[in-house]
Amino acid sequence: MTDTDIPPQPSRSLQPKKKGLTRRQKRSLSRGVQYAVFVAAVIAFAVSADWDRLKNQFAQADIAEQMFPDVITMALKNTVLYTLSGFAVGLVLGMVIALMRLSSVGPYRWFAGVYIEIFRGLPALLIFIFIGVAVPLAFPGTEIVGGTYGKVALALGLVAAAYMAETIRAGIQAVPKGQMEAARSLGFSPARAMISIIIPQAFRIILPPLTNELVLLFKDSSLVLFLGVTLDERELSKYGRDLASTTANSTPILVAGLCYLLVTIPLGFVVRRMEAKAQEAVK
Amino acid sequence: MSRSEIEVRGLHKSFGDNEVLRGIDLEINQGEVVCVIGPSGSGKSTLLRCVNLLEEPTKGQVFVGGTELTDPDVDIDAVRRRIGMVFQQFNLFPHLTVTENLTLPQRRVLKRDKAKAAAVAAENLERVGLAEKANAYPSSLSGGQQQRVAIARSLSMGPEVMLFDEPTSALDPELVGDVLAVMRMLAEEGMTMMVVTHEMTFAREVADRVVFMDDGVIVEDGTPAQVIGNPAHERTRHFLSRLLDPAMADVEEETSDQVGGETED
Repeated sequence: MTDTDIPPQPSRSLQPKKKGLTRRQKRSLSRGVQYAVFVAAVIAFAVSADWDRLKNQFAQADIAEQMFPDVITMALKNTVLYTLSGFAVGLVLGMVIALMRLSSVGPYRWFAGVYIEIFRGLPALLIFIFIGVAVPLAFPGTEIVGGTYGKVALALGLVAAAYMAETIRAGIQAVPKGQMEAARSLGFSPARAMISIIIPQAFRIILPPLTNELVLLFKDSSLVLFLGVTLDERELSKYGRDLASTTANSTPILVAGLCYLLVTIPLGFVVRRMEAKAQEAVK
Repeated sequence: MSRSEIEVRGLHKSFGDNEVLRGIDLEINQGEVVCVIGPSGSGKSTLLRCVNLLEEPTKGQVFVGGTELTDPDVDIDAVRRRIGMVFQQFNLFPHLTVTENLTLPQRRVLKRDKAKAAAVAAENLERVGLAEKANAYPSSLSGGQQQRVAIARSLSMGPEVMLFDEPTSALDPELVGDVLAVMRMLAEEGMTMMVVTHEMTFAREVADRVVFMDDGVIVEDGTPAQVIGNPAHERTRHFLSRLLDPAMADVEEETSDQVGGETED
């Protein structure tokens, strides 16, 4: 209702008198309160915190210094290695599971569905313990290829495959039906069409969620902590924790944490860029 | 001109309880251009899609070039190489350039080497007048250009028959002409063509025969002069009058057998 097309009211007193604040005043008051609470919280923290003690505990330059270059050349390198090998296993296995999920053969679909439900439902830690402890006990004499690296790749891969299978399936289904029809009518066999036409397009669609999965795996690689590893096989979390206990100081934890962020923040940025680009392409 | 290139015998097709084709018999000779016309939901696109088995017929037989496609033991991929198909929505591969759209099927399906495939692609792009777009991506082309690339892609496989499924229906009106010109060129070169279309001018001028379909059956089949110029059936007359002069149509009751509209989109 706009007041332009209403004849002027005979008397102003008929309109209900506004009491208290206008809407605009209420809005700026609410915002003011929020700022005030925030500033008060920051000041309270700054005043109450024992800065010397915190600095001593978390930011000792000499302890940080003695972590270099090992934290990069060994710990970060191992973290990246574990992540990438887990991602590779997960991608291959996830692709197989996704294709099984889309298969016209009932038992394949059923198996893929069960796999996905199980491995999405279990904590990753449990899988690590299973691979690290239960498998060697249950099958004595079996050796997982690649030692610790093989075990980690397998454990991370098994978990990642369940998530990636669902992502890949969604990507394949997001490719318009006409693409398969065009390929088939040109004489492609179903498998050829899948490989040459559908999967390349599906991967374009799922690149952002796959990169997200890589970030998740990067963090999950810290579960290596629960496998027995040699000194040279330690990754960021274990390396940080070991050093924290030998020096009785938390600085190594902080440094290890920063090393994670060094990778995850740029990757997250890349994902957002890709998502924005994909949004644009749709328009 | 006498060998029958496409032959359809007693074709039935149902989607669930919905019987879209109810007994189609059709023969198309080598070099013949046949336009299939009819209202939405009449089954004309389904018929076309049955000819290269994109839809599995419920009953009946389809022969192309003497090979029975409906034989369960036939190598369907091999037969499809002889049949070009052009879709309403073009269906170019968006992740490939125009040239790659033309060369990839040749290399993967026909196992042609790179140089041969590129030469065939260039030649066919030239034919549809798009040689200068060779390195563009489909998304940067207009609908009419995309459809011409799609035609060139089919031609690169060296088909003996071309099927067109409403090739101009998704185009802006001013872009229709370029696509029809390419199709007219193909017709004049002697390509066997089956065209589902609403372009009556094209049907009248280019087609050797026009087939009018309604409600899953062929109602009329004859020369353009007969079917479009002087239709024998009331249903054909009714359809043509609505198509040629949509503004003059009366508001009609929906009849119960017009189920769902076009099922094949």
